[in-house]
Amino acid sequence: MLTMPAVDEGAISAREAIAADLARLVAPASVIAAPAALKAYESDGLTAYRQPPLIAVLPANTAEVAAVLRYCHARKLKVVPRGSGTSLSGGALPLADGVLLGLGKLNRILAVDYDNRCAVVQPGVPNLAISHAVADRGFYYAPDPSSQIACSIGGNVAENSGGVHCLKYGLTTNNLLGLEVVLMDGAVMRLGGRHLDAAGYDLMGILTGSEGLLGVVTEVTVRLLRRPPTARALLAAFASNEAAGEAVAAIIAAGIIPAGMEMMDKPAVAAVEDFVHAGYPLDAEALLIVELDGTAAEVDELMGRVQDIAQQKGATSLRVSQSEQERLVFWAGRKAAFPAVGRISPDYYCMDGTIPRSKLPLVLTRMAEMSERFGLKVANVFHAGDGNLHPLILYDANKPGDLDRAERFGSEILKLCVEVGGVLTGEHGVGVEKRDLMPSMFSEIDLAQQMRLKCAFDPEQLLNPGKVFPTLRRCAELGAMHVSGGKLPFPDLPRF
Amino acid sequence: MQRLQPESISEVVQTVRAHAEARRPLAIEGSGGKSGLGRPVDAETTLSLRGLSGITSYQPDELVLTAWSGTPMREIWEALAEKRQHLAFEPAAGMLFGSGNEAGTIGGVLASNLSGPRRPSAGAARDHFLGFSAVNGLGEEFKAGGKVVKNVTGYDLPKLLAGSMGTLAIMTEVTVKVLPAPEKQRTVIVPVPDVVTGHRCLITQLQEAFEIDGAAFLPAAVAARSGVDLVRAPGSALAAMRLTGSPVSVADRCAALRAALGMATEELHSARSQALWSEINEVGSLLPAETDAFWRLSVPPASGARIADELGEGEAWMMDWGGGRLWIARRDASAEDATRLRQALSAIGGHATLVRGPESLRRAIDAFPMEAPPALLQRVKASLDPHGILNPGRMYRSW
Ligand SMILES: Cc1cc2nc3c(=O)[nH]c(=O)nc-3n(C[C@H](O)[C@H](O)[C@H](O)COP(=O)(O)OP(=O)(O)OC[C@H]3O[C@@H](n4cnc5c(N)ncnc54)[C@H](O)[C@@H]3O)c2cc1C
Repeated sequence: MLTMPAVDEGAISAREAIAADLARLVAPASVIAAPAALKAYESDGLTAYRQPPLIAVLPANTAEVAAVLRYCHARKLKVVPRGSGTSLSGGALPLADGVLLGLGKLNRILAVDYDNRCAVVQPGVPNLAISHAVADRGFYYAPDPSSQIACSIGGNVAENSGGVHCLKYGLTTNNLLGLEVVLMDGAVMRLGGRHLDAAGYDLMGILTGSEGLLGVVTEVTVRLLRRPPTARALLAAFASNEAAGEAVAAIIAAGIIPAGMEMMDKPAVAAVEDFVHAGYPLDAEALLIVELDGTAAEVDELMGRVQDIAQQKGATSLRVSQSEQERLVFWAGRKAAFPAVGRISPDYYCMDGTIPRSKLPLVLTRMAEMSERFGLKVANVFHAGDGNLHPLILYDANKPGDLDRAERFGSEILKLCVEVGGVLTGEHGVGVEKRDLMPSMFSEIDLAQQMRLKCAFDPEQLLNPGKVFPTLRRCAELGAMHVSGGKLPFPDLPRF
Repeated sequence: MQRLQPESISEVVQTVRAHAEARRPLAIEGSGGKSGLGRPVDAETTLSLRGLSGITSYQPDELVLTAWSGTPMREIWEALAEKRQHLAFEPAAGMLFGSGNEAGTIGGVLASNLSGPRRPSAGAARDHFLGFSAVNGLGEEFKAGGKVVKNVTGYDLPKLLAGSMGTLAIMTEVTVKVLPAPEKQRTVIVPVPDVVTGHRCLITQLQEAFEIDGAAFLPAAVAARSGVDLVRAPGSALAAMRLTGSPVSVADRCAALRAALGMATEELHSARSQALWSEINEVGSLLPAETDAFWRLSVPPASGARIADELGEGEAWMMDWGGGRLWIARRDASAEDATRLRQALSAIGGHATLVRGPESLRRAIDAFPMEAPPALLQRVKASLDPHGILNPGRMYRSW
């Protein structure tokens, strides 16, 4: 079971007093302390873990966020930021003795600036709402996580979220221009703006993907892109995962970077087709969706080349979208993969490792063996272009031992990803879920270095503690490692 | 002065440990080509990464390349060209920084976060920097990031090291994202009467779906210094817009862009187009040679022309990134002028970096801009280099 930071019983017994204090900093209705109401916040998208917070606070603006953080800092209360609660790694899992800071009320689009091709938004704005707001002018915000209707842009920044189009257009971090951030002590800082590149150290770069451990994002300036004039998608079916994988490699080797390149294995296709009726071929062992965008002539040309490659690699069927509506139907299936799998199994556990693509056949074979061994089925969706795997492990939480087996199966998959040269998480974050696996990828020194960076932002480690790092070490202790590192066996300066 | 050129990571570790213990500063360099960028470092010992050189792994269809940090850029460019790939952030060879023909090392390019005209569409060096091994200021070897194109495991330390000018850690091995190089390029040039017209033309067309991946404005005197005949020919200021991609796509977009412009335009094909963008990327040959201080400004693109006007630059400047980057050649190399220049930006947003100047000026000011609270930045610095021995003073006077 997961160990979380030692609980501060004092905070728990002072709940009512703390709630009363907070109610002086924000609108009283924005402080939630009733156990029944707190249940709404007890988990995020990683529903296997549940823990109601001490109190939930819903500030309405940056000043209120700063006031709440200043108060919590002074009172040494832990704080867990939360956007829309769709994290799949438990990043927004509350703490029994911690204040849950919900950013949902900061939900306004503050400015759209076409001349500078950017939008300034509050963190609670849902990802897709940005694209909707600028659609009439032909613009959009590129990163498109499948959860984009619900997930907040602040959560996207905290997780450095990706999406099916990030192969060509990048992750969140590649699409940000500026942030306003409140540090744990309540200080407000602004990074970037409508211009490019950090002035000095790229703190925006490390805040992005920091999973709510370094600061609370209260404003985001995102890059807007012009929608390409044409986009078409190809569905290509293959008789084996290997063949599909080879087609992916060959497309990239041919110098083509598709707007999106997704793969699904047979169990995933079956689940999705049953749910969405996207017209996916049910007899395929592997299905590829390749989207190409650009001018009409360019898309036609590239589509021809991609079809040729797919055919050479043994595609058993090929279908090109003939209309925008059909293209969206092709994607609707892929984007609904998680809920679709949710229909065929009482529960599923979504993994998120990245591997060098050439290792795909090996990883899928080993995963099939594990599936046998653990007695749990697995369906695979895969951001094939960038090697980001999403194995969905099917289990039933009501069956004793099933969750535990699913978690062990998941850990083995992720360790395998690292073993073949990949990483533990491609886009969902470490959170609590992969926290204890961090040592399989990083040495103690690597992790201590990261923790010292955390200490630079939050020396008391009050902001989202218990996430990302397997062991909580006090900042003073990490500093002491410095000192012992100072006693060194090299009295003379080397000369060579 | 002594120069150390370690041949292995353990030699780097030993050197740094010894210096950390003795609290002696180290100047860190790749090939030293960018030593004019930033403030002078007062250190008796220079540690050069040149001895750690070579590509360790290059997998074109995985889109990643791993190399020792001291690998010369020329070697990287050659390896990529052979597979028709490139670094999409288009790092300059760096002549502006006074390095002659030396294009520097991959570690130096990343440490200074250099990127070229494609930066607005393709990202900066930091956007293509996937992972590293490094030695921190205590002589501890550590790694962060990964060797795959998509990774969010742990803090994104490559972003922090990109642009940190060797003040946080010494990178030993780096992994970068590589991409297919565009097959073709063309540039549409538009002679314009003044900067406002030229700038407006860039701002307008960048909002269309032409996928412009280079957008510059050259004042008449700057265009006159170009080695490209068609750029000199109009004898006026001009806006230049580059289109790259597959031949069909480039031809299409070029025709559409010219039609949309609805004014007299000229088209540069492959070699000329390449030559022009190389000049724009390298800057040096286009701006007056007798300059005392070269500045790079990053500003909201729509404000480019206004800032140039406010600074009263005459013609000793040019604009890239659709107005978002200004290169300015100042005759005045005083600290007061630097303050003036930075103050002009405060109302508009953006920042200014001194990229070349006399040592007196480089000593007198913070060569790099600073946006976060200094106390936080110093804690960040101390988390990697607690004794402050790595390139002290290179970016800022105070650390
Ligand atoms: C069905 C489904 C599909 C998904 N598909 C994708 C996908 O395709 N790609 C992908 O990358 N992810 C995907 N996700 C994961 C998830 O949607 C993303 O991680 C998303 O960015 C989380 O946003 P959120 O607003 O829900 O954040 P939350 O879940 O509320 O929080 C996530 C983390 O961010 C922190 N945080 C939230 N807001 C802030 C803030 N303002 N300041 C500081 N820290 C903050 C929290 O503390 C927490 O650590 C999917 C999830 C689901 C349920």
